[in-house]
Amino acid sequence: MDFSLGAQAEQFRLEVRQFLEAHMTEEIRREAWRTGTLHNWELHRALAQRGWIAPQWPVEMGGQGRTDFEMVAMNEELAAAGVPNDGRSTTMLVVETLRVVGTPDQQRDIIPRVLGGDILICLGYSEPDSGSDVAAAKTTAARSGSDWVINGQKMFTTLAHESAYCFLLARTDSTVAKHRGLTMFLVPMDAPGVTFTPIETLGGQLVNVTFFSDVTVPDSARVGDVNGGWDVMTVGLAVERTSPIGPGPLLDQVVGWASAQPSDGGSRRIDAPHVRSALANAAIEAEVARLLFYKSVWVGTRGAPPVVEGSMSKLFGSEAYNRVLADIIDSIGPEAIVSSPPNGTSVGGELEHAFRYAPFYTIAGGVSEIQREIIATRGLGLPRSR
Amino acid sequence: MDLTPAAEVVELRSTFARLLDNVSSPERVRAAEPLGFDADLWRRFLSIGVPTLGVSEDLGGHGANLLALCDIAEVCGRHLAAAPFVESIVASRLVASRGVASDSIDRALLTLALRPVVDGTARLVPAGAVAQGIAVLDDDELALLDVEPSMTAIANLGSMPLADVSVRRTTGRRVLASGPEAYGAFETAKTEWRVLTAASLVGLADGAMQLGVEYAKSRHQFGVPIGSFQAVSQPFADHATAVEGARLLALRAAWAADRNDPTSRSLASMAFIFAARTAQRAAAHALHVHGGYGFMLEYDVQLFFRRAKAWPAVIGDLPGEVDCLATVMFGPAAGAA
Repeated sequence: MDFSLGAQAEQFRLEVRQFLEAHMTEEIRREAWRTGTLHNWELHRALAQRGWIAPQWPVEMGGQGRTDFEMVAMNEELAAAGVPNDGRSTTMLVVETLRVVGTPDQQRDIIPRVLGGDILICLGYSEPDSGSDVAAAKTTAARSGSDWVINGQKMFTTLAHESAYCFLLARTDSTVAKHRGLTMFLVPMDAPGVTFTPIETLGGQLVNVTFFSDVTVPDSARVGDVNGGWDVMTVGLAVERTSPIGPGPLLDQVVGWASAQPSDGGSRRIDAPHVRSALANAAIEAEVARLLFYKSVWVGTRGAPPVVEGSMSKLFGSEAYNRVLADIIDSIGPEAIVSSPPNGTSVGGELEHAFRYAPFYTIAGGVSEIQREIIATRGLGLPRSR
Repeated sequence: MDLTPAAEVVELRSTFARLLDNVSSPERVRAAEPLGFDADLWRRFLSIGVPTLGVSEDLGGHGANLLALCDIAEVCGRHLAAAPFVESIVASRLVASRGVASDSIDRALLTLALRPVVDGTARLVPAGAVAQGIAVLDDDELALLDVEPSMTAIANLGSMPLADVSVRRTTGRRVLASGPEAYGAFETAKTEWRVLTAASLVGLADGAMQLGVEYAKSRHQFGVPIGSFQAVSQPFADHATAVEGARLLALRAAWAADRNDPTSRSLASMAFIFAARTAQRAAAHALHVHGGYGFMLEYDVQLFFRRAKAWPAVIGDLPGEVDCLATVMFGPAAGAA
């Protein structure tokens, strides 16, 4: 048994850390916070130049053959540095899918541009009336000669305004069971009939409502089989598993702040009993979140998709983040609720911003109730509940 | 990163699992109450060398490390084994490391008073009612007391063989260390106790969960299994997640301690606190889903529910454990005594 990520991963961690010291500036953080666009082209292209958009891919496919544990180390460093990473993560989910089910033409056309850091792809799954029940999508794609005509509306499309394509889930047959009448498409965001409007969110993150009005795409834009969309979507969901979720980076920041001697000569925050308790309890939750995450990655390296383990990691990490943050704010009081741009030295503003953002984690990527359902039915063998 | 247990650990674990399946049924656990000690089970533990199982080979023991001992502690916890595995292991490792010969303790039931002696008495010592030797921190001296076990426990929630031990009523006293060395050895032993008790609590929590989940699958109300109601099933998902997290954390702490990693003390505290909370919550939900039957002594889930709260309490109060963790992690608070 070995709980370390290994020398190779730790070496890669140092490389990533050095890269971020050179390229991840306070200005990038501030800009992401101000605009709500959690993506920075300059940083993204610098990552691409290092070959770090998909370093986990084999060398012959444009990657560096990095192991899952190297990817964990990299993603932990990105998270610790506060890198705005939404663009890379949604785009990778799509190209991981294309790698498995895309046509050779699609792979040749899209993948080099993604790995080169030139384009992003956003996700078109959720709709106004379908979130957790994503297979109930109403957006339609209808045959018109050799083309498809798409009509409908997608919700919460992160980075629609920066993306070249939308990876769209559409209904192609409404006469069969809902999971069996879906097809996936790669729709160019500049196609006539695609429009989007921003949605302001609690956490400041900019997302969009995206409208598709008689949008015509050729059959070559279809990904996977007609009415095979559910299986195509499942491919993408299964590969994304090396990004950490949990209160670790936030806690490190708060411990650093609370351990520093205040400039006004007052006592350190960490000397107050209730602050110490809150931070010690938070450290336990952060450690458990990290271990559940590592376990799901490890299970994934052994061949089987970490279904239950992945749900446990996501459930615990996101719920722990919310619990820990609430307790820390309670323990600190008024300074914790002050809003201000991040400046890296004060906890003021960081906690307020984190608290606004925190509900995102238990909702996005499958709400906690869905994760619990997976654990209860597939992990514990309890009957499905309705 | 590799979470596969070593082959010899798997073998050791299955040896204990087979033994406990045979001789530590819920009926046997009940029969051992209220003392909480099954002399026959302890004899079997002796026959497979439990007292010196964790003593290093160069000191004449079997050399099982904490990682391996965690796996066995978990099996004992799952069976609510009425023999003090954890205390015996920790006390034997402690006294062997202080120069007591292995062949003088390999048939002995030793335990450790987790809290220092106050006014000549170590209060509520785990396994204190059944042990022949008790390691105590008495002032600045770490000593091994020879005692005649009373075989009568102070009645308690967990049906544990707890007893007060007077340092004056002993048949022998051997000084193991004094001064800073005594405190250091005592802290190390407590760290090991926390790790192994965390593992026992993981086993207990898992056992309670299994009772609750099986009941929820078979019990029908409103024409359906109650496990199909989300209010019943979703908390199980949270507890199953916490149990898995607690298991990983206990193993992580053991792994660090085996390597003398400086983080092992904080990890041991984390593992203990988290396992204590997890076991209590999991057992409480498992009992609750039984409805009125869960409240009946006849149903086994109450055995788990009581012990989940009682086992961790013997080291002290839980907020105190959190303070202790904070001190290890952040250093002493300025201005604190």
